[in-house]
This record gives sequence, structure tokens and C-alpha cells, in this order.
Amino acid sequence: MKERTVQLEVLRYNPDTDTEAHFQRYEVVCQEEWVVLDALNKVKADIDPTLNYRWSCHMAVCGSCGMMINGEPKLSCHAFLRDYEGVIRVEPLAHFPIERDLVTAPDDFMEKLKRVKPYVIPKEKKPISEGEYKQTPAQLMKFRQYSMCINCMLCYAACPQYGLTPKFIGPAALTLAHRYNLDSRDGGRKERQEVVATHEGVWECTFVGACSEVCPAHVDPASALQQMKITSSIDWIVEHLIPGGKS
Amino acid sequence: MSRNPLVREVPPTTWYFRQPRYLRYMSREITSIFVGAYCVLLVVGLQRLSQGQAAWEAFLLALKSADSIVFHVLALAAAVYHAATWFNATQKAMPVQIGEDFVPGNVISGAHYVAWMVLSVAILYLAGVF
Amino acid sequence: METISTDVVIIGAGGAGLRAAIALAETDPTLRIALISKVYPMRSHTCAAEGGAAGVIKPDDSFDMHFDDTVGGGDWLSDQDCVEYFIHEAPKELLQLEHWGCPWNREADGSVAVRPFGGMKKKRTWFAADKSGFHILHTLFQTSLQFPSITRYDEYYALDLLVDGGRCQGVTAMEMRSGELRQFHAKAVIIAGGGAGRMFPFSTNGAIKTGDGMAMAYRAGAPLKDMEFVQYHPTGLPNTGSLLTEACRGEGGILVNKHGRRYLADYGMGPETPVGQPQLKTMELGPRDRVSQAYWHELQKGNTVTTQWGECVLLDMRHLGEKKINERLPLVRELAEAYLGVDIVKEAVPIRPVVHYMMGGISTNTAAATPLPGLFAAGECACVSLNGANRLGSNSLVELLVFGRRAALSAIEHVQGLPAPNAAALNARAEETRQRISELFSRSDGTESMSGLRKEMMDTMEKNVGIYRTEEGLQEGVNKIHELRQRYRRVILTDKTKVFNTDLFQVLELGSMLDCAEAVTVGALARKESRGAHQRLDYVERDDKNYLCHTMVYHQGLDVPRVDYLDVVITKSPPGVRDYSGDHK
Repeated sequence: MKERTVQLEVLRYNPDTDTEAHFQRYEVVCQEEWVVLDALNKVKADIDPTLNYRWSCHMAVCGSCGMMINGEPKLSCHAFLRDYEGVIRVEPLAHFPIERDLVTAPDDFMEKLKRVKPYVIPKEKKPISEGEYKQTPAQLMKFRQYSMCINCMLCYAACPQYGLTPKFIGPAALTLAHRYNLDSRDGGRKERQEVVATHEGVWECTFVGACSEVCPAHVDPASALQQMKITSSIDWIVEHLIPGGKS
Repeated sequence: MSRNPLVREVPPTTWYFRQPRYLRYMSREITSIFVGAYCVLLVVGLQRLSQGQAAWEAFLLALKSADSIVFHVLALAAAVYHAATWFNATQKAMPVQIGEDFVPGNVISGAHYVAWMVLSVAILYLAGVF
Repeated sequence: METISTDVVIIGAGGAGLRAAIALAETDPTLRIALISKVYPMRSHTCAAEGGAAGVIKPDDSFDMHFDDTVGGGDWLSDQDCVEYFIHEAPKELLQLEHWGCPWNREADGSVAVRPFGGMKKKRTWFAADKSGFHILHTLFQTSLQFPSITRYDEYYALDLLVDGGRCQGVTAMEMRSGELRQFHAKAVIIAGGGAGRMFPFSTNGAIKTGDGMAMAYRAGAPLKDMEFVQYHPTGLPNTGSLLTEACRGEGGILVNKHGRRYLADYGMGPETPVGQPQLKTMELGPRDRVSQAYWHELQKGNTVTTQWGECVLLDMRHLGEKKINERLPLVRELAEAYLGVDIVKEAVPIRPVVHYMMGGISTNTAAATPLPGLFAAGECACVSLNGANRLGSNSLVELLVFGRRAALSAIEHVQGLPAPNAAALNARAEETRQRISELFSRSDGTESMSGLRKEMMDTMEKNVGIYRTEEGLQEGVNKIHELRQRYRRVILTDKTKVFNTDLFQVLELGSMLDCAEAVTVGALARKESRGAHQRLDYVERDDKNYLCHTMVYHQGLDVPRVDYLDVVITKSPPGVRDYSGDHK
């Protein structure tokens, strides 16, 4: 295996001693096939135990290790050294408060996720003893892509609207609302619309499209949000312009 | 000492220089100014028409000025770019599912381009170009 | 230290913890539930499970067959009353998940689809492509958001159980973002803290799987059961250890050695089945212990492929075709491509066995109760004796659900009519935790580096407690881990900051892993037989006369733990021969 010395420039912030964040340079001997996370782990184990970041699965599914790598939101377990030349700049996810070093506070996202009611609100309740709700493969495919969100928040770090207008519910949470709206078992769209079809909801989105470009799970939140704008518009037309359309 | 989270503000006026994709987005948004300006121009033209032949001919003459031609070229370019971004967006906003599979996005966008061409030809025909 | 009073504390917010929380909230909405976890729930390692979850649902299947597969797969070390309860609850739990929105794959008629899995005689594994664990976790997490009685304490690192009057009545924990200690006073505690696979260097397990829950219960006096049974998954990526699901073989992938031979046929799992037509319970659909052991033999014979990542065998899925691979195994394709540069549509992928799962854990009965009153456990951290000496793939995701819920029901029963806790006594216990942490921060005579000790532990476990074990190697392992536990008392905490101090958490996690590692090595040394995942080169046969029993390991402070045994519950299936040959059928 080929080795390579990598220069990492990592944003450090210690609330005990710092008033501002600053960059610290590390020189790490790495395997060519490593990811940025491997390099950070090597720094942590061998060079500087005081460097802090989150990680767990190392297979791009737990969503812990989102960071800005050369300015781009990435899962550090899925950012391959082979794709980078020169100094690699590692910063915490943009648009979230920095707790310490690369660790950010995701409270705002967690709160917004809850607000969109991301769970089945059954169209018709039935007991377990009556078996499963039938759902054809086509009905499954309708929403499956949007169920793949790993909540890594890269889309929030990529979205300038969220950065500028923090009240925006944001790509991932809204996409999960859409995921349940599209599910044949669900009847909760109307309830969710109270949060979704608002100026904090889909109408805050100006379709920059960055969310979909950075999504590591190929969820395509931008498409979900545009579709929700269309359905919300249709709702509005039905309610306001068609006689008797108000439900 | 305990927590003291650091908030890094997004610069409200220069944020779009941070990433190429933000610049692309801004350029798309800026093209709408040209589209809007051209609409205003059309409305002014209608107004001149309603004011009688002299006003209308003065307006036509003004359209032939160098400034006007530059504006029209720019507006055309902007409108084309804006339309292209719009059509490319349709595949995200209006996915079509047939059975389990989704119609490929470029087919949906392509259909919009085709419709655009057909309509343009029809309008040009009605305008007596052919 | 702030005190948080609640009714039930759940430690761990993965599949089992979330299922328990929902069951508590649904069954008794007046109960106050504190769900604490060292990570946000969706980071829990349940998310990495790929293949699926087993439950009898199709007309050609039966509970008896699921029972037989599980008991035989576990080499008769499963408690059969537990298996009986499990198989009947399994389909109900999977249906419940379906009602909560889990995107299970479907048949054309809209019913749930099932796939074949290793050691299972019928197709009974429900799946959501190859991200089944991910979808189960997110479905549970999102469902849990609708219950106001569940209060989550995300990123709280649990430290010590609070035991008073012989009853477990709470836990101390550190809020990671502030470094502040809290004590939770409760009437019952459920541990759902996951496994401890990170004690090994080559593992499918995420960084968080450090056995904190197991170690916490163990230190509080609850025994760890059957810890020597460590499952190697046969197909891990040779560099990162990432899991390539058993569904690769369930869908028809084959294992070949460097000569292109499907070597499993040489280890009691033959004769060869036609390529692309997998047959249940034979060849590539043999149980994980047997398939991993076959790799070891191939390695000894020099039949493995030498790669830059070590000695491998090949998992060949090319004949499945791109469409099926994309539909059924998209994650596998992505993982192999990204981390190894191999496109499974075009090439066979080199793989080798990798530490995956711990059959052992906190000893619980079928009611998910530990011997310590008030303490319940579920999921990988528990050993309810469902999996015996070898877990069948796709039983553990269901185990999370069945016993997560069971732990909740048992906890509800337990808390009825209990008096309020003796706060003063619990405060005194919590004070001990505070002193332990404060001593770590103020330690000035530290000589041992955390990463150095961790490496020595991992190397020891890999060298001495691998797929095949010997008296000599295990004795060396026991001695070494014992030595490391002594040296751990002098570990250095470099980082003294309170806020999100991962140096501190790694030190604490190392302590947990060392406790668990000692239980594994001691149990393995004492078990002088070969059964399931515990294979001894010096005792090659299963010994039902002496070892048809569970190993119970009791914590003894810094001394070597005490080992005891508990009989296996046999109800209807006497120990028999595990036959995975195709001839047999």
C-alpha cells in the first residue's frame, strides 16, 4: 500500500480558552486509500488527543462525521484522500454553532425534524393482527428515495437560505415530511402542511439546489421541496379559486 | 468553564462568493432581472401603441438604437439561460413514475425543450415570419 | 450534581432502546421516560445492519422451522423457552414496524417480500434493500418523536448504575457538551447499549460500540453471560472491515478461493449448488460460524488470495447482473466501489471474516430481566440466550424489537407500587462517580497512553481470541488483558477541557472494553470445547456433558473475574448434529 504525507489544516475552537476559532496544521502519514476521517483518527491517536470530532460507522450511513472539507460539506468517512491535493482544510459543518473543534450543535435541526411530524399518521388504523398494509413496489418506489436521508445535515451546511434565514425548516426535515406525504399508508399531509406550506417551510426555498449536490445518500431534497411547492400551490388554488374547493 | 458555542455568521452580502454553485445560482437569479425588464419594455410598447401612431413609431425608432440592440441581445441571452435552468429544474419538480420506474430526468426536460421549440415556431408563424 | 427524577431510564437509543421507549410510552403514557444515549439516536449502530430481519410470515414457513433453525444455528446453547417466545413475537414486531412506516421491500401484490439468509431453512428475512437496519432505526426514531412522555438526553455518556438496597434505581451520566455530571433517579433501568466489537482491531462495528452498557451492568454486579462467543461475519471488506451483507450470498453470490473453487463444499456444506441458484441452509447459505471457519482452513492450506489488504477469498456476484444488484444490493455495490475500488457487477470482491457481533452480554431471562432487580437489558448488550453459540443472520434486528419491548413491559411491571428511591443513598453512590471522574482529571502520576493501551488490547484480542483458539493463546490473552486492566489505572487524560472532551470518553470507553475483553478471554479459556463461534484447536468437539451450559462471569474489581455456569433451558430440542450439507435434504 502506498503511503502519502498529508497536510491537514483543522479548525480548532476550545470554549475554555479561545474567543475565536483558529486553524491548526497537522502533518500525517496516511495510506493512499484512506479517507479524511482516517487521517483525523491518526492525529487523534498519535499526535493530538485533544482534537475533537464525531464519527462512528465509517461507511457513510450513521451521519455523524459531517464536516466542511475544503469548503464543501462532506462525510469525512467518505472523503477520499485520493481526491485531494495539497493542504486539506477541515472545518466544522457550516451554519451550526461550534461547540468545540469540529463538533457542532445540531439542536436546531433536531427541533425542526420533530416539527414536520416525520412518522406515519395512518390513513386508516388497523390492528397488527390484520397484517400488513398492502403496498405495491410502485407505491414503495414513489417515496423510497426520500426515506434514505441519514440526517447528516450536510444539506443544511450547503443551503445558503438556511445560513441566512435560520428559521427555514430546511432541506432534510422538509424532505422527510414529503417522504411520509407520499407513503400510501399515510394520511397526515394536511397536518404537515401547517408547517410545510409556510414561509418557514418550502416557500423559503429558492431552489439553489446545493442540498442535492452535497447529499451523500442521493436523496435529492431539492426535488422534494419543488414538488411540495407544486402541491402547496395546487392546495391554494383549490382552496381560494375553485368554488366549494375549501375543504 | 462550560459551554460557549461559537456562531460563525454568514456574510449577508458576499456569501455567494463562497462557492461556485452559489455564483451559478446568483447568475440564474440575476437573469430574471433582464426577463423582468423586457416585460416592462413590452408594456411600454403597448402603452405607446395606445397613444397613437406617432408615439408608436417613435418607440419603434428607439428600439433600433445601439443601446436597445445591446439590451435585446443581453435580454435574449439571459432569457435563454433562465429558460434552460427552468427546464432543467422540471425534472426535479415534476417526476413521472411509470410502474416502478421513473421516467429519466432528461426525457422530462427534453420534452419541455421540444414544447418550447414548437410554441416558438407557432408564434413566429402567427407573427408572419414564415 | 443535578438530579433528574424519572420513572424509567433507558441507556442507549438504538433499535432496542427506542423500541423500549415507545413500548413504555404506549403502554403507560403517565410514565416519565428518560432516553439517554452517548450519540444522537440516528447515529446508533443499528443503522449499519444491512440484510434484514427474520419473522415467519409466508404460508410455506412455520414457527417450528424458525425454532429449529435458531436452536441448531446456535449449536444448542440457546434457551429454548426464549427462542419459543421470540419466534412468536417476531412477525408481530415486524408488522408493527410496517405499520409505523418501515419501507420493507414488497411483492407485486403489495405483501411484504422475504429473502433467504444463512442457516434459515425458509425464506423469512424481511428486508428494506440492503439498508434494513438503517430503515428500522429511523422508523423507530421518527415514530418515537410523537410521544411527549419520552424525554431524550442525546449525547449523555452513562457512567455508573445507581444501586441501593439491592435494586437498580438510576444512573449517573455526563452531558457531553458541557461536561456536567447528572444523576438520574428512577424505578427501573433498561440498558440497550449495544455490543463491544471495538475491542477487536478488525470489526464491522462503529466507533461507538465499546461495551459501555455491558461494563456498567457488570461493574454493578450483574453477570455477563457467554461472552466468549464472538461472531465473525464471513464477508467484510478487507481494508475497512465494512460489512458486505449476508444477503450478497442470499441473493446468489458465491465464495471462491484462489483456484476458483467453491471451497465451502469441502467443509461439510456441499455439494455445490448451481451458481446463481442458492439453496437454503447449505453452501453459501450455511451459518456464519461455519463459513468463517472455512476461511481459516483455506488460509492454513494456502488457498487464499494475497491482496494488499491481506489474505482474502473472493465473493463473486457478477452473475446476478447489474439490475438485481442495484435493486437488492445497492449499498454493497457502493461500499465495494468506494472503499476498495471494485465494481461488484464486473469483478469478484476480495473479502475476509471480520468481528461482527457478540452473542454474549448482560445475562437476562426471557423477560429481559437481569439478576439485579430493577435492571433490564435488551439488544446486543444483553444475552437473553436467543442466539446461543452462534447467531443466525437476521435474528438480531428482530431481537432488538422483541426484547426491547419485553424489557419495557417487564419494567412497567417492576415499577408498580415501588417506593420512592432513597435519594440520600443514591446521592452517595453518585458521589463515587464524581470522584472517579475528578480523579481522572487531576491524575498527575499517569504513565500510560490511552491509544497505546487500546492498541495492545486490540492486538491481544486478535492474536489470542480469534476464530480458532488454544489453551496457550487464551491463557496469554487472559494474562495480558488482566495486566492491561491494572495499567489502565495509570492512563493519562491529556485533555482537561470540560466541553465535549472526546479524549475523556475514549479513556472511559477503553475501560469498558477492557472489562468486556476480560470476560471474553476468561470465558473462552474456561470453555474447553468447541461450540458455534467458540472453536478450540485443543478441544475440537462439542462437549454436551460438561459444557451444555452458559458461562457466567462476575466482576471482581481489579481481580480476575469469577466464572460460574448456568444450565441451558432445553424444552423440546435435544442437542443434535448441525447438518448444513446439501445431501441431507
